[in-house]
Amino acid sequence: MSPAHQSRIAPAEQAVAISVRNVTQLYGEPGSSQAVLAVDNVSLDIARGEFFCLLGPSGCGKSTLLNIIGGLVQPTQGTVTVDDATVRGPLPRKAAFVFQESTLFPWYTIAENFGVALKYQDVARSEWRDRTNKALSSVGMTDFIDHYPNQLSVGMRQRVNLARAIATGTEILLMDEPFAALDEQSRMVLGEDLSVLLAETGKTIIFVTHSLAEAVFLSDRIALMTARPARIKQILEVNEPHPRLPSFILQPRFGELRNACYALLHDEIRLAMDERGKEQVR
Amino acid sequence: MKDISSLSARLIQLGIFAIAITAWFVIGRTGAIAPLFVPPIDAVSQATIVLVQTGAFWSSVRVTLMTIAEAYAIAVMLGILGGYAVTRSRFLTDVLEPLVSGLFAIPITLFFPLFILGFGIGAESKVAYGAAYGFFPIALNTIAGFAGVDMRFLNAARAMGFSAAGTFRHVLLPAAFPVVFTGLRIGFFICFASVLGGETISSLAGVGRSIALAAELMEPARMYAWIAAVVAVALLLNKMISLIESRMRGYGGNGN
Repeated sequence: MSPAHQSRIAPAEQAVAISVRNVTQLYGEPGSSQAVLAVDNVSLDIARGEFFCLLGPSGCGKSTLLNIIGGLVQPTQGTVTVDDATVRGPLPRKAAFVFQESTLFPWYTIAENFGVALKYQDVARSEWRDRTNKALSSVGMTDFIDHYPNQLSVGMRQRVNLARAIATGTEILLMDEPFAALDEQSRMVLGEDLSVLLAETGKTIIFVTHSLAEAVFLSDRIALMTARPARIKQILEVNEPHPRLPSFILQPRFGELRNACYALLHDEIRLAMDERGKEQVR
Repeated sequence: MKDISSLSARLIQLGIFAIAITAWFVIGRTGAIAPLFVPPIDAVSQATIVLVQTGAFWSSVRVTLMTIAEAYAIAVMLGILGGYAVTRSRFLTDVLEPLVSGLFAIPITLFFPLFILGFGIGAESKVAYGAAYGFFPIALNTIAGFAGVDMRFLNAARAMGFSAAGTFRHVLLPAAFPVVFTGLRIGFFICFASVLGGETISSLAGVGRSIALAAELMEPARMYAWIAAVVAVALLLNKMISLIESRMRGYGGNGN
């Protein structure tokens, strides 16, 4: 609850870390019947140290937007700038991804997985073990450093994926539904860990989710996305300092915000479901 | 629990083996099957002992092993390089994979006379024939292995800034390895069988030739002695490969 944390809630006063300008993503040949507009003219500014959430119905294009921000996908139109530099490809030194499915290499132990990641950050080999241990301890997984990913549960693997992103030391974390495969309880606990991490390190986090409670619990700001093509319907602010405590969920404000998100998204969720139904019939 | 079941499995395997040997012994004694087809077991073991003491035996074995080694080396080299090259393009993979697997469905044995015509009845024709047969499973598994690498690992490598060489070494190679290794194993046994088969049909020397010759000269005990030698080599090689495989276990694969 220090003033430093308080001030982060007002992104307008902070330096902009990531700027998305008129980004549009079209899959397939323009004009053809197969063409799919995934993202439609999205503009956003994300402040340094902000926890920013992209919340929208399944399949709306929010993951595509995240991949564009991280340079994994080149947008059809528009630009993304990170620290005033235009994004033209992946940004291993600036942004680390955590995906919905584990991307730990199953043929390497946890230590080896972190080792290759650190190698490409040009971290000296002598520091690998230390950095790995430190990152693992922040998610309570130090005991598993020499395990293979397949020896861990899904929840543990996601913790380790998060720890690998932390170990690389990038300022930005891009998280694509990282806890979607977990049960609700583990999800909330990992969310708490993430909030502590944000408070401690001041990382900038963009978090994609379709969980209303997760979005409200974690975010400084929530961008509510429309059904495909993804547009920003509204941005909600959550004025609550990090680290977020479980007691936050019990406050009336939490429920109000969650309901507000649901009210805004409700029609979009229906639209997205109808769209998917139509696709299946086709 | 697992120990008991694997022990009983072992016992059953040994039992089947004992029954087969006993049956062979009884058949030999009673003459139920003409000794020309199934000679008595003691005659075969006698012939085997005599055979392995001859210089001709070892020179035949050497010719065959050399032929297999050459054929397999060519199959591995072309299969892996060709297979890998194909997977570097999605388009090439889609075009060539069905073509290669379609060709593999054709019995290459049909073209054996062509190999004799082209390379003569010396070892070269068997090298070419074995290499051609062994190439297919190796190339197909190499394609399957490298084309089947999970995109999420490649994406992660890209996001983490891996170099092209690093992506190959840390992602592509270990992910594809188990599938490629299976191809190498299948390719080896196909190569082994093709060379021996080719030798029995048309050749100047080698184990296959010796087996065919023993049959033609109506020396069944001698023929079975040769076969026993081949079985021993095959078992030994199989054991070696399983050892390599168990060492590799836990390594590689597209698991979660």
